[in-house]
Amino acid sequence: MQIIEKFRDKNQIERIITKIQELVSRKWLIMEICGGQTHAIMQTGLQGLLPDEIELIHGPGCPVCVTSLELIDKAIAIASKENVIFTSYGDMLRVPGSETDLFSIRASGRDVRVVYSSIDAVKIAENNPEKEVVFFGIGFETTAPANGISVIKAKKNGIKNYSMLTSIVRVPPAMQAILESQENRVQGFLAAGHVCAVMGYHEYEPIVEKYQTPISVTGFEPLDIAWGIYSTVRMLEVGEIKVFNAYTRVVSRDGNIAAQQIIDQVYESCDRNWRGIGIIPESGWKLKPEYLDFDAEIRFKVGGIRTKESEICISGLILQGLKKPNQCPAFGNVCTPQNPLGATMVSSEGACAAYYRYTQH
Amino acid sequence: MKIPDIRLENFVCPLPIRNDRQIVIGHGSGGRMSKLLIDTLFNKYFNNPILNRRNDFAEILLNEEHKGHKLVISTDAHIIKPIFFPGGDIGRLAISGTVNDICMSGGIPKYITAAFILEEGLLLDDLESIIRSMHETAEEAGVDLVAGDTKVVEKGKADNIFISTTGVGFVNKNLNISGQSAKPGDSVIISGTIGDHGIAVLSAREQLGFKTTIQSDVAPLNDIIQSIITAGADIHVLRDPTRGGLATTLNELALQSQVSIQIDESSIPIKKEVRSACEMLGFDPLYIANEGKVVIILPSNQSAFVLELLRKHLLGRDAAVIGSVSPPEKSPSVIMRTMIGGFRIVDMLSGEILPRIC
Repeated sequence: MQIIEKFRDKNQIERIITKIQELVSRKWLIMEICGGQTHAIMQTGLQGLLPDEIELIHGPGCPVCVTSLELIDKAIAIASKENVIFTSYGDMLRVPGSETDLFSIRASGRDVRVVYSSIDAVKIAENNPEKEVVFFGIGFETTAPANGISVIKAKKNGIKNYSMLTSIVRVPPAMQAILESQENRVQGFLAAGHVCAVMGYHEYEPIVEKYQTPISVTGFEPLDIAWGIYSTVRMLEVGEIKVFNAYTRVVSRDGNIAAQQIIDQVYESCDRNWRGIGIIPESGWKLKPEYLDFDAEIRFKVGGIRTKESEICISGLILQGLKKPNQCPAFGNVCTPQNPLGATMVSSEGACAAYYRYTQH
Repeated sequence: MKIPDIRLENFVCPLPIRNDRQIVIGHGSGGRMSKLLIDTLFNKYFNNPILNRRNDFAEILLNEEHKGHKLVISTDAHIIKPIFFPGGDIGRLAISGTVNDICMSGGIPKYITAAFILEEGLLLDDLESIIRSMHETAEEAGVDLVAGDTKVVEKGKADNIFISTTGVGFVNKNLNISGQSAKPGDSVIISGTIGDHGIAVLSAREQLGFKTTIQSDVAPLNDIIQSIITAGADIHVLRDPTRGGLATTLNELALQSQVSIQIDESSIPIKKEVRSACEMLGFDPLYIANEGKVVIILPSNQSAFVLELLRKHLLGRDAAVIGSVSPPEKSPSVIMRTMIGGFRIVDMLSGEILPRIC
């Protein structure tokens, strides 16, 4: 905690904000990629301390928010089966599928459990050999290695009743999709520090090169975020377009090699459907052929499920930074955290939920 | 014809095996086993002239000392997992929870009743520990348990034990402490650190995979509250921030009193361990439950004197002024000045607290 407290120091943050004020000469639109950063910005009221010239746009970096409706429906179909123990990280339980959510499946008597790690799910499988245990293995590059370890372990220990409903998505293709968009307004990015801790930041260098958009690798404490914003504004103001590592205490250029080896061992690249955005080519990972025995989609034959998104919800535009949550007609009236229409209102990292919780509406 | 040598006892219906280790359905039959349970376990700890008359009701004679007082009644159902947690158990919670609700009127709790739903298979040793704890907590709070009931349900139809308690107390008729009474200009005090109970209970759940030294704050608040009432403080509001935490309680009060409440994040007392645990799990301590804390709203010119009184009490050593009351902005709301000097709305808890994915 002592370490963290240093990065919440009011005086240090004020000092950096003053530096931003001195530096800024015009309006800049900066997107923070990660939902954890959006959450921290709203929770600490950082946005209100920044000069008016800096507009922060909230990016698609919340794994709960971008998981497609289709995949939620697949999870619900599996969890509804008899003899299944369905395990998931907590905040996926409330995400609405097209008709129901996992909480309601649990209420109707099926065995749906919150776990804190995929390894817990493997343990449950070991302890319940007569049941099928399924883990909802979603996430970005950050959770990919931890989820991957579970299938490695299950394979090694011959645990046949374990499988994973897998959907890993990656940040760089999403950034490229945003930059390719005709309507793109983003001029600089705060890259997600934890994703970079795993993958390193070298994979952002070609993006900066191609789109001439600066990127600051940024952490999650208010001082980290202020520092990330400052370094992005500085690059924009002086025209020095590169990847700047503003999170050096955690991130290196090459990342966590051991974690990357697990990713290489377990996953291969695939197209992914992002909720509200659509299919982005080569934007995710799926299990490699040698691990398909542990693929819940195959085991439970739910691959054919196809679902349409809600027509009112503008979460897609929000995830791309084209609209703010409070510009949605449903925000705060039809759509609330108690009755979310889209995933951006569900997850505590979602931009709509953060707006709902921390701003006047 | 030869009559076979039959032993009569072979034809007798088998009697239930007496099981001395755990609760069985027979304990709820209302018959001999129920009586045995009450005689050997409940009566061992609960003993007072009202209860000892063994009626289905409790009679309380009202006398001179009740004159000029209002009757205060509150009821609460207690369920918790696990039933034993660092710093307390469901028994202490069942007494404290109801005692504290009575205390929030500024009144003195006197009597309590308890209904037990026991799940088949509950260990008698565990039940005894819970009852002993209820007895000790009732003594601490100065209340008599004057009526009770026990039912047993099949395995799986309850979770070990549920306890519902009802409390009765008396409050001076001139005291009008209520959630509707917060006024612009008032100060907001919290009697100590927040989030201790919720985190202690969470850490006792096996699957969490981490241990803490945090103890639940579950405690009866009658003594600390009486210490400020009898000193003559002009209290407008008392409310214990239990489920939903401080954030939800302040929102309820803002709505009830039609005011806005401003709080200052840096002045809210939170134990380092609680802050760290919340950090790890992605929880906000403002939403974590407390069972031995009280929010006090009072005219600001009285806050220093009340704070001093609170800090003298064992349960109020970390008491702090955390904010103030103002006229409602657009609508009643709770606004927090954050650690770094920004502002944000503090909303009510919506639904279950869920750990974040990353």
